[in-house]
Amino acid sequence: MLNIKGLKVDLEEEEKSILKGVDLDVKAGEVHAIMGPNGSGKSTLSYVLSGKDGYEVTGGEATLDGVDLLDMEPEERAAAGLFLAFQYPVEIPGVGNMTFLRTAVNAQRKARGQEELSAGDFLKEVRARAKDLKIDADMLKRPVNVGFSGGEKKRNEILQMAMLEPKMCIMDETDSGLDVDAMKLVADGVNALRSEGRAFLVITHYQRLLDHIKPDVVHIMSEGRIIKSGGPELALEVENNGYADLLAEAS
Amino acid sequence: MALPKLKQEATDARLAEAVLPDGPAWARAAREEALHRAARMGLPHRRDEYWKFTDPSALVAVDSAPAEVMDDDDALFEGAGALTLVFVDGVFDSDASDDLSGAGIEISRLAEAQDISWARDLYGSLELAGQTPVERPLAALNTATATDGVLIRATGKADRPVCLRYRRSAEDADAVLHHVIRVEEGASVTLLETGSAAARLSTVTEVSVADGAAFHHVRQQGRDHGRRMNTHTFARIGAESTFKSFTLSLNGVLTRNDCVIEMLGDDAVAHVAGACVGDGEKFHHDDTVFITHDALNGESRQVFKKVLRNGAVGVFQGKILVKEGAQKTDGYQISQSLLLDGDSQFLAKPELEIYADDVACSHGSTSGAISEEALFYLRSRGVPESQATNLLTLAFLAEALEEIDDDALADDLRERLAGWLDRHAG
Ligand SMILES: Nc1ncnc2c1ncn2[C@@H]1O[C@H](COP(=O)(O)OP(=O)(O)O)[C@@H](O)[C@H]1O
Ligand SMILES: [Mg+2]
Repeated sequence: MLNIKGLKVDLEEEEKSILKGVDLDVKAGEVHAIMGPNGSGKSTLSYVLSGKDGYEVTGGEATLDGVDLLDMEPEERAAAGLFLAFQYPVEIPGVGNMTFLRTAVNAQRKARGQEELSAGDFLKEVRARAKDLKIDADMLKRPVNVGFSGGEKKRNEILQMAMLEPKMCIMDETDSGLDVDAMKLVADGVNALRSEGRAFLVITHYQRLLDHIKPDVVHIMSEGRIIKSGGPELALEVENNGYADLLAEAS
Repeated sequence: MALPKLKQEATDARLAEAVLPDGPAWARAAREEALHRAARMGLPHRRDEYWKFTDPSALVAVDSAPAEVMDDDDALFEGAGALTLVFVDGVFDSDASDDLSGAGIEISRLAEAQDISWARDLYGSLELAGQTPVERPLAALNTATATDGVLIRATGKADRPVCLRYRRSAEDADAVLHHVIRVEEGASVTLLETGSAAARLSTVTEVSVADGAAFHHVRQQGRDHGRRMNTHTFARIGAESTFKSFTLSLNGVLTRNDCVIEMLGDDAVAHVAGACVGDGEKFHHDDTVFITHDALNGESRQVFKKVLRNGAVGVFQGKILVKEGAQKTDGYQISQSLLLDGDSQFLAKPELEIYADDVACSHGSTSGAISEEALFYLRSRGVPESQATNLLTLAFLAEALEEIDDDALADDLRERLAGWLDRHAG
């Protein structure tokens, strides 16, 4: 599924190296978690994988099912099955949430040579998925993320993920700022999507989310590198002792 | 006072060619007066205060430049059930038009007008009133030389809208139309306009809205690429009346829309809005609005949005004048441009002039690029860049389209815009 080898990334605007050789191998059906102090490069990794401007790849590679991701436009990566739940979902005034979802779903279908969903089928699908995430009709009508609370924005990300049915889901701090109930909704949403053909890369600071979404592998990232990988117990260690010991151990 | 030499020469040249159409004595008198008015003021020049951003020479020149006729078989507003009047190259086409008596209001042609007393009092008079404090000589020239137009008088609620459908057949048509509309006390009417009228078009629309009356105006300006036009709307509105006008512009080389509104009665509402999309360095679009509050508790809004790319130029000159005693005025003005590249330009001149102390007036003007964040967000969901850009462009224009009260008409224009953007995807 997602294969990253020696990925090195600089900022385009200034001479600054952010990722200094990241290796990651996420197989179909697996859930990997990435933890690490603020500023270690977790969001950068997720942005570079999804094709955001402003970064320069100076070394290494990233492939999805053997296809080079870094060579593609962001929309091509999405159509190839990559999805990023943003740490800070973007507000888009003037574009209705529903219009946005339908445009995205149909654009991906078109790119894959599938027929567009009819308005009726689409509506049925959205309503069902939105209900599971406790997203009401009003939120679907409003402009994308405009005036949404932090929790509503994150649930809206999961709704998009559910509608787009990607094979590789990256979630960047989706749990930050969520209360216990909202986190449960998000976790249930993710667990409902878990399948043999789908993988998750969950960026988080907290064990809490990982209680609900059981990871197969946990990675610790620091200063642009994965400094340690292990089982779910690694997340517990972070929860109990923070990063200090792990960082000391690595250096 | 003598006019500057270049202005005098250009004015003399154009007025020497001016032909005043025949008609009843009252029309003849109004036309001659207007011609004198135009001669006295002189036709606009780039050095004039309100033509700094827009070169009027193509509008002033004796000859109009020909423009290719675009096949614009226009189905816009077809669902509105309007009484339709067709003008081809500025000439009324009675065969293609509906029966004039079909909307429960009085409609006649300017070219056939005889002794219509209500029109006799109005024709040219709102244009004349609109010459102060800012002169609009092209409107006076229009009053003098207009060959046709419609005269509409509503004494009750119109059964259906009136739609003026402009078509073109000649490459060099130079059309001058003048419409007069009077909405009597408590009456209401909606005027729609669409299509390409001529290579060069001048229109003046004088609208008198009486107490408690309502006038709604929605138009789409000609989509043919080479056309040039200047339009003037002069409105005088009474107490508790409503005046709302919306304009969509796509294509064309030069568009100058002047809108002059005088709010003379208390509790009146006047909204003017526009959306335009300009593509290419030949595109120049200018909205010039002047709203005068001369009564209590008036509410006015000016909402203009322009999307400009590939070197297109957009202009907005908007003024709110609140006269002494016009207390509790609520005046709002916003003009915004979305510049899709570094070559395009938006020039704005917002003005407030207030002589009353208990008013709430605000204005703002912005120019910005498309949001990179929003664009990436859409693309990360699989929406291709050009489609995402179009979606964000429509979103930008949405606020102006929301000024249209009638949802079906607004949807017509939204669809028209979306189609245009699809075809012109960058
Ligand atoms: N566009 C940018 N401009 C400047 N600095 C950036 C930019 N993107 C990331 N960085 C820097 O890169 C480092 C990693 O950031 P980020 O990937 O957001 O970390 P994390 O998500 O792990 O908190 C930080 O030092 C951050 O300030
Ligand atoms: Mg981050």
